Amino acid sequence: MIGLIDYGIGNIGSVANALTKLEIAYEISGDPVVLSNSRALILPGVGAAGAGMKNLKERKLDAVIKKIIENGVPFLGICLGMQLLFEWSDEDNTNCLGILKGKVVKFKKEKNIPQIGWNEMKISNMKDQRSKIVDGIADNSNFYFVHSYYCIPEDDSVVVGETEYGETFASLIVQKNIVATQFHPEKSGKTGLTLLQNFMKGTQ
Amino acid sequence: MKTKRIIPCLDMTEGKVVKGIQFVNFRDAGDPVQMAKIYNESGADELVFLDITATTQNRPILLEVVRNTARNISIPFSVGGGIRSVEDVRQLLFAGADKVSMNTGAVQNPTLISEAAREFGNQCIVLSLDARKVRPDRWNVFTDGGLKDSGMNAVEWAKQATTLGAGEILLTSIDQDGTKKGFDVELTRAVTHAVTVPVIASGGAGKMEDFFDVFTKGNADAALAASLFHFGDLTINDLKKYLESKNIPIRKTYEK
Repeated sequence: MIGLIDYGIGNIGSVANALTKLEIAYEISGDPVVLSNSRALILPGVGAAGAGMKNLKERKLDAVIKKIIENGVPFLGICLGMQLLFEWSDEDNTNCLGILKGKVVKFKKEKNIPQIGWNEMKISNMKDQRSKIVDGIADNSNFYFVHSYYCIPEDDSVVVGETEYGETFASLIVQKNIVATQFHPEKSGKTGLTLLQNFMKGTQ
Repeated sequence: MKTKRIIPCLDMTEGKVVKGIQFVNFRDAGDPVQMAKIYNESGADELVFLDITATTQNRPILLEVVRNTARNISIPFSVGGGIRSVEDVRQLLFAGADKVSMNTGAVQNPTLISEAAREFGNQCIVLSLDARKVRPDRWNVFTDGGLKDSGMNAVEWAKQATTLGAGEILLTSIDQDGTKKGFDVELTRAVTHAVTVPVIASGGAGKMEDFFDVFTKGNADAALAASLFHFGDLTINDLKKYLESKNIPIRKTYEK
């Protein structure tokens, strides 16, 4: 069972719909016990960092998520769910989960903010080896983005995909059991579903 | 590079798509969920659902259609028509809409935009703006399905709405709508110049060149059409091939 973390924010429904299409069993839950027993977890999210962290803390999910990730359970953070994994966000000056080193800042160069729409992801070849998360996904494939802030990881080597919107930012990162996407794989057509499937393969 | 979006619009009334009924390729002609599935497969970058009589008939939008659509597609879609309250927005987002567009409800009560944006984030709040030219360089905002002149300046309203928290503008030219004579490039340019959120141009698409014009001269971020696509006059893939040949960044959804 995949646990979809319900923290009273964001678009859990669309992630759930995508999993249904892929015939993957999931449970939407905010219950630490249920989540701790999942073979993988997804932290979805649309919305503001301040409200997101507040909701996680109120439900005592911040500590639960840290523990589960430490235990090596496969974890996927989407959009705000990616940003909250970092140490700090400029949005509402929010202290986040701090599981990944780095910060979250706002776009400065493009006139139109938020970035809404399809943009390319360039796959990094830094490790001489493609990450399995991008199996079957062509370089410069388009994904759907909706965001005003982006993550700056301290450690460049976690960056698997980069996207340019006025400035270049990390759109896909992988660190041990964590996968995080700034785009919405559940809204990125077939390419997005392929990425979700790749994540699921890694959970078996 | 970020791409320009091509968006088919499904105008619905009482659960049926009203502009697409004669398109022979749709097995269940006029069924919004079936049409959404076909567009999902055939290159649409996003979908827009508008319940065009929800406001005038003073009834809520059909949540069941939204739920079924969300289950069947994996591209974003927005829903609008008859939205009056934060609760309406919540219901649509929970039913699976990615964005909610407001028109008459926002004109009558602008704080609806700010309240909804605060609650759900401005990325999912779309201002739907129906404009008609009233004199040179002046467009007014029309409400109630284009029937009522609000007297408001469309460009000013676009600015105000984005300040309040609208994250995107769906800009429809009533003058051009249904004419197939091209988008109102002048109106689109006036609005894109005035705001810092993406603008979806709508109304008047008749041929491929119209899309090129509204992207290049109007600076639109996305372009919307209904009957042009529904009736099969133009396929999205052909349109994308054309735009790509003109160096407009698009999401490739076809094989070369």
